[in-house]
This record gives sequence, structure tokens and C-alpha cells, in this order.
Amino acid sequence: MTRGGAAVAAWMAGLALCAWQLAHTRFVADLSSFLPAEPTPEQRLLVDQLRDGAVSRLVMIGIEGKDAEARARWSRALAAKLRADRHFATVANGAEAAFEAEREVLLAHRYVLSPNVDPERFTVQGLRAAIDETLGLLASPAGMALKALVPRDPTGELLAIIERLRRDEAPAKVAGVWASPDGERAILLARTRASGSDTDAQAAALAALERTFAEVAPGGEARLLASGPGIFSVKARAMVEGDVKRLTGIGTGLVVILLLVVYRSPRALLLGLVPVASGALAGVAAVSFGFGVVHGITLGFGTALIGEAVDYSIYLFVQTANRQLWPTIRLGVLTSIAGFSALLFSGLPGLVQLGVYAITGIVVAATVTRFVLPSLLPKDFRIRDVTGLGVRIGGIADAIRRFRWGVAFVVAAAVAVLALNANAPFNHELTSLNPIPARDRQVDSELRAALGASDARHVVAVRAPTSEAALEAAQRVGLRLDPLIAAGKLGGYDSPARLLPTAATQRARQASLPDGATLRARLREALDGLPLRPERLEPFIADVVRARSAPLLTREAVAGTAFETALEGMLFRGSGGEWTALIGIRPAAGGTSARADIAAVREAVAQSGVPGALVVDLKREVDRLYADYFQRALWASVGGFVVIVGLLFAALRSPARVARVLLPLLLGVLVVAAFHLASGTRLTLLHLVGLLLVVAIGSNYALFFDRIALGADSVAPRTLASLVLANLTTVAGFGILSFSSVPVLQSIGSTVALGAFVTLVLAAALSPRA
Amino acid sequence: MKAARLLAAAAACLVLDAAAFDVGSLFAMLARERPPRAQFAEKKYMALLDKPLEASGELAFTPPHTIEKRTLKPRPERVVVDRERVTLERGGKTHTLSLREHPQVAVLVESIRATLAGDLDALSRTYSVGLEGDERSWRLRMRPLDPALTALVDRIEIAGSGALVKVVEIHQSDGDRSVMTLAPVAR
Repeated sequence: MTRGGAAVAAWMAGLALCAWQLAHTRFVADLSSFLPAEPTPEQRLLVDQLRDGAVSRLVMIGIEGKDAEARARWSRALAAKLRADRHFATVANGAEAAFEAEREVLLAHRYVLSPNVDPERFTVQGLRAAIDETLGLLASPAGMALKALVPRDPTGELLAIIERLRRDEAPAKVAGVWASPDGERAILLARTRASGSDTDAQAAALAALERTFAEVAPGGEARLLASGPGIFSVKARAMVEGDVKRLTGIGTGLVVILLLVVYRSPRALLLGLVPVASGALAGVAAVSFGFGVVHGITLGFGTALIGEAVDYSIYLFVQTANRQLWPTIRLGVLTSIAGFSALLFSGLPGLVQLGVYAITGIVVAATVTRFVLPSLLPKDFRIRDVTGLGVRIGGIADAIRRFRWGVAFVVAAAVAVLALNANAPFNHELTSLNPIPARDRQVDSELRAALGASDARHVVAVRAPTSEAALEAAQRVGLRLDPLIAAGKLGGYDSPARLLPTAATQRARQASLPDGATLRARLREALDGLPLRPERLEPFIADVVRARSAPLLTREAVAGTAFETALEGMLFRGSGGEWTALIGIRPAAGGTSARADIAAVREAVAQSGVPGALVVDLKREVDRLYADYFQRALWASVGGFVVIVGLLFAALRSPARVARVLLPLLLGVLVVAAFHLASGTRLTLLHLVGLLLVVAIGSNYALFFDRIALGADSVAPRTLASLVLANLTTVAGFGILSFSSVPVLQSIGSTVALGAFVTLVLAAALSPRA
Repeated sequence: MKAARLLAAAAACLVLDAAAFDVGSLFAMLARERPPRAQFAEKKYMALLDKPLEASGELAFTPPHTIEKRTLKPRPERVVVDRERVTLERGGKTHTLSLREHPQVAVLVESIRATLAGDLDALSRTYSVGLEGDERSWRLRMRPLDPALTALVDRIEIAGSGALVKVVEIHQSDGDRSVMTLAPVAR
């Protein structure tokens, strides 16, 4: 077998392997891949919550249209139907009846839940004080509602529990159901059974919601709004999938048309696409092999890879007589790898995928072009001579060269724009990667605010190997926080240990309950002189006796109630198998200046002696989530740039030539960055990576101009033609991504497309005449 | 003859008087006069308790929307109703609720507030209103129209003299009742 034959055989075997891997690949399109892979402990909490936490299951629903009565009717009907729907675990709309289940649970378990239950409470003095307090309440305006419960609960334990669970920011109610503050929207809060990261199940739940709403409310009259992390995942996936199908098709079509126009030969076109197809296949297979799944965004990046990798076969076909061809392409491949490597070090799995895909694709495409494609070419293969085209392009290049002052003007303008934006050129925020339109995010934050689900800004997180130990730790932290409430340093806190006290606490409370005879005797003494006769309180005695030996309150006992939802968000098992208890800190009331003394909270948490307890500022963590990764991307880009310069130096061995090659690239970067800032886009880490790619890809063109300038290229017009064709395919491949609604693709696409074009023009303008 | 004429005139006056004093004229009078700050004494009779619960304090109405009920005995408590907002201060804690969210409480509050303000339209929206007596001694009897409220409250009776409200009685459907007597405080 010849060397070429061996290469073809190896190539075919490789393709078969890749195809096999591809057949076993799972494709995903949700955005959790773009959450950090190596978070800090604080970020881990946030990332787990966003991905699988109770928060991720919430669906916030708004109903608009007609009048308040109609909206309330739709809200009730929708809630009733959704409660029966298998996709939803709980549905709340504020209607009183919906809380019957919660009240029953609290009432049944009040003696293990109430913080007031201790031996002191059931002495003669304790009973008298508690009952006296209850009589006082009966005299107050609240008396009418409490009266019925007095025979069962004369010490007011239910009220004590509700008092602690009550949240001031409960949603407003109109016509008996939750409504937005302006009353124009009915509001519901549902929770899906499936985890937020199960996008298929979330999509099914959303479909069920829409179908059900159409059944209960007439179209045209009523409008449904739905939001939440799961819904966002569903929408993001639909956008990614739509974009990938549409843009890949258009991008590929554009490249094919370009090649056809120049080659005017379907055979040349097909052969030219062989390396690209091999590269794309190998790239997907490599990602699948390395990550287990392939993200839709990675596939969407394929069009950029096509535009980039097709360059090699263009150079091969057009510059057949160029002896310097392979070293130049090799250098181009190496600089491109250096460029895409910045993605590998980004720390975000989705971007690492892009890097692996692009690098594998380029290496394979170049290798196939070098070792396989020549063997596949028929003996008589020859594309149409493009020398004429090259000569015309040379004329354009000369014209550009004569307008160097224009270049100077553009660069000066770019520098001015950069200087004006020097204070805030970068965007570190999570939303910079979020494809959900601003309008949808607005609805989300409105619904969130209406529900008071705007979540505690600060939480205390404790971890333990078991659920019970986590509760115990939460209880210890709570004991330290209680004095801060009394001191007005915080408004309160929401601890899972209140909803579900530790077994030890529950047993201690049970143990402080007297037996029936003792209680009866003490009551007789305690009620002396009060208007309440002991005989009226037999239901109380019966309840206490029952509570003494009742099974402890468990998670199962609250299943199907709002407490289950609440507990899920406060006590859960993390991805590492450990249990986490979250204590939400509520600021002290004080109107708009409501705040909690977080320094005091930190101190209290430290004093509690719970190992590894964290006080997390969620807002700050969300804001900062990408700041660190941005820094990383910045350093990775600088590193990639240094490597590219090193590669150029090794190849050219002349500082002057390196400088000549680099100058148009750096100016191109300036112009593209200025373009983004001038159009109101602050640079994200993807723009940074894009700028590095501008240097990497642009260096290919600059190198050719360098050789032409040195007179080292004997076929300059054809080289020029191939350069422009290669440039156009790159601009088409990346440029089409700038129409994507997915920010990851849009930022890289627009940056590289514009940058590739600008650097080519600059390289032409700045190159000396041959 | 003279006496007979006098008697007839007196009778006519009486008839005229009685005809003139209806719900409309009572409320017009209530609307004209701003009720004075009053001391209240309240008794709540409950089947559950052997003796009524007693409370006393001050009640002030600032037309047209604000009622403040300050209880001094047996323990301090303050309830303020201002438009849609009810604030309850008790034992160092403050609770607020919106009447919009608690329509049944709203209806109860409205019975007293609308009477004090002389707002018959507001009252008639939620109650059937009957009147007994004359200007010197009248008694309004209100029955809720909403069946949901009827389950809780049978009727509310407000008695007074002239533009002064003297007694507010709330008769609950289960037989319990509260009686609040008011005595104006000299301003």
C-alpha cells in the first residue's frame, strides 16, 4: 500500500469510529453547561440551586385580561386542574381553601412544632399565662376568627407557629386570589415534579399548563404568562435548536455558493468539502467522547468551523504551485489552535466544548487536506485558473493601499471610542450569556416581585452528611440568630428546623406534655378566676394526650402541602450526596431601607460553631459568577496571544517581519472592539475569545501578504484570490452566527466575522508593494 | 275645640316628623356632623365563656376613611383602619392587613365606618338597612347581603340619638354578640 493509500485507509477507519461515537451521542440544549464547572463553595450553592434546586422547579404564572372577578375565576379553575395534573407537584393561588391542608398539618403537629412547648408551659402558672393571653386575643378584633379553636388550642400554639412562618411579603390578594400589586394580574405559583434540569419534562409541563389554560379560559379574552427557570430552559433550548438548524443551513449554503461561484465545478466543491466534513464529524465525536453529551450551541458553531476549515482545501486547490503552502498552512493551524485554546481554559463546560470541537475540527480538516485529499483528487483534477480574478483583486488591494490615510482615520476613531468607554468596557454579568429576551426577563422579575419570591438575598448554608444532622446544625445557627431578631438587627429568618424540627427537639417537646389526669388537675387550678371553665377544654386534653405518643413529624407528613415546597428549597441533598440546610435571612422591616445586619449574622454563625457554615450573599454571587471567569478568559486570551506571537517568531525569525504581520491584526482588534462599544455592546468573555480568534485567523492572511511582499510568492495573484475566497468563507461562516439570538454564538460570530474582514483589508493596506 | 285643633296639629306634626325621619335624613345628618372622640366600653358575650369579656378605651373617627380604636383595658391595643389598610398593634407587635384581601373584614369595618361617615350608598351595597325610632332615639338594623358573611354575622345594630352614635352591637350567627357603648369626650 502506498503512503497515500495508508492515509486514506486510516481516514476511513477514523470516520467509521467517529460515526459510531456519533450514533451513541446525546444532544442537549439547555444552558446549564454555561454555568461554572469549578465553582467556589458559595457558587456551588447557587449553581446547584439554578440547576436542580427547588428554585429550578418553580413555575410562576400570571393571568391577564377582562376583570378581577374573571381572573380570579380562571385562577381557581386553572389551579384545580393543575393540581390534578401529573406534571405538577403543588399549585398555589392564594385561595383560602388551598391552605386547608397546611393548617391541618400544623394543627395536628402543633405540640412538636411550637417553639413555646416546654415543661414550663404546662405547669399551672404556664397554662394560666398562656390561656390569659388567648382570652385577651378573643377580646381583640381577631377574636371572631380564633374563637372556634380555643377549646382545642387554648394555649395558642397554632398561632405561635403561624406567627413565625408568616412572611410580610406575601402576595396581595384581589377577589380572593393572589394578584400583582396593581391588581391587574392574577398570580399563581406552581412547582413541577421534574427537576429544572430535565428540560424535556419541563417542556411537557409547560405544554400541559398552556393546554389546561386554554381549557379554563377563552382565548382572546385571557392571556397566560409563565416564567421560571424551567420555562427559561425550555425557551432557551427552543431558541438554540431553531438557531442551529436555521443558521447551519444558511451558513453551509453560503459557503457552498461561494465555492461554486469560484470553482464552477461540483466535483471540486465536493472534494473541497471532504476535509471540512471530516473535521466537523471528528469534532462532534471528540466532544461526545470527552463530555458524554454534545451541546446544541457546539453544533451551531459548526458553521463557523466550516467557514474556517474550508480555507485549507481552498489554498490547496488554488495555490497548487506554491512550495511554501504547507508550512504556511501549518503555521495557520497552530495559531488557530492557540486562539481556540482560550476556550479550553474558560472554566465553563459549554465553552470548553466549543474549544475541543473547533480544535479537533481544524486539526482533522488540515490533516485530511494534507494527507488524504491529494490521494482523492483525480489525476486530471484542476480547478479553473483564477489568476485573472487574483489580478483584479490585486488592483483592489493597490487601491486600498493608496487610501492608507483612511485606515489611519478609522484607527484613530476606534481609539477615541475605546478611550471614551475605558471606564466600563466589560460586561461581567450572568445575563450576558442568557438568550432569554429582555421582555421575558422583565415578566419574570414582575411575577417574582408579585409573589414575594424575590428570595432572601442572604442565606446561611450548613452542610452535613444526613438530613437530621443538617437540621441540627440549622437549629444551632437559629439559636444564635434569635437574639439578633430581638435586637432588631434582622427581621427574621426562615429555617427548615422550624418546619421540621429535629427528632431530638420533637421528642423533648413531647416529653414536656403532661398526661391527661395531670393536665386536667392543673387546668382546674390554672383556670380559677378566669371566665373559661375546665370542662370546655376536654378537646385540648385529648389532643395533648394524643400528641404525647404520636409519631414524629416527618417530611412525608407534609407531602403535597406548601411546606413540602418550602422544605425542598431549604433542606436538600446536593450533587455530592451531602445534605444542605438553607436559612434565609429576612431584613428588619423599615420600608425601603430594609436591611439586615449581615456582619452580626456572620458573627452569630461563627459563634454557633457549625463547621463549614457559609453566609452567602446570593445577589453578589450572581453578579460575580462570571467576573472570575472573565478574568480567566482575559488571561487565557493574553496567553493565547503570546503563543501566537511566539509561533510567528519561530516561523519568521525576524522581529521586523513579526511586527509587520502583527500590526494589522492588533489594529483590527482595536477596530472591532471599538465597533462593539460604539454600538452599545459591552464586551463579554466571548467577545474576548472572539478577538483572540481575530488575531489567530487574521495571522493567516497577514502571513501571505508578508510572503507576497518579500517576493517569496511566485503566484501572487492566485494567492490573493485564494486569500479573498478563504476570507469570504470565514466571514460567511462566522458572520451568519451574528444573526443568532444565542449570545454565545452571536458574540463570537459577529466579532470574528467583522475582525476577519477588517484584518484582511488592513493587511492589504499596510503591506508594502510587491 | 281649641284643644282638639292643637291635638290635631300636634298629631300632624308627629306624623310629619315621623315621615321626615327616615334612613336618608339620618344619614344626611350623620354626614353633616363630625362625630366626636368617644370613650368606649365593650362587652363580648361568648357561649364559650361564663362571663363576658370586657374592654374599654377610646374611639376616634376622622372622616371619611380613618377609624382609630385604642383599647386601654384590660391590655393595651391599637387598631387603625385607614382606607384599605388595617393596622393592629398589640404586645409590641404590629400586624397589617389589606381590606381588599379580606372582604369579610372589610364589610364589617364598612358597617361602622359608613355609618359614622353618613355614607348610605356604601352601606347599602353590602347590607339591607332598616331603621326604627325617631331622631332622638334611633336604631339601625343591618343584615349582610353576602351569604358568605351571613354565615358569620347575623346582623349589626347601631343605636344613637341625633348625630351621635351610642351603641354598636354585632350579633354573630352562632349567638355570640358584642356590645360597644360610646360616650363622647368633651373636646
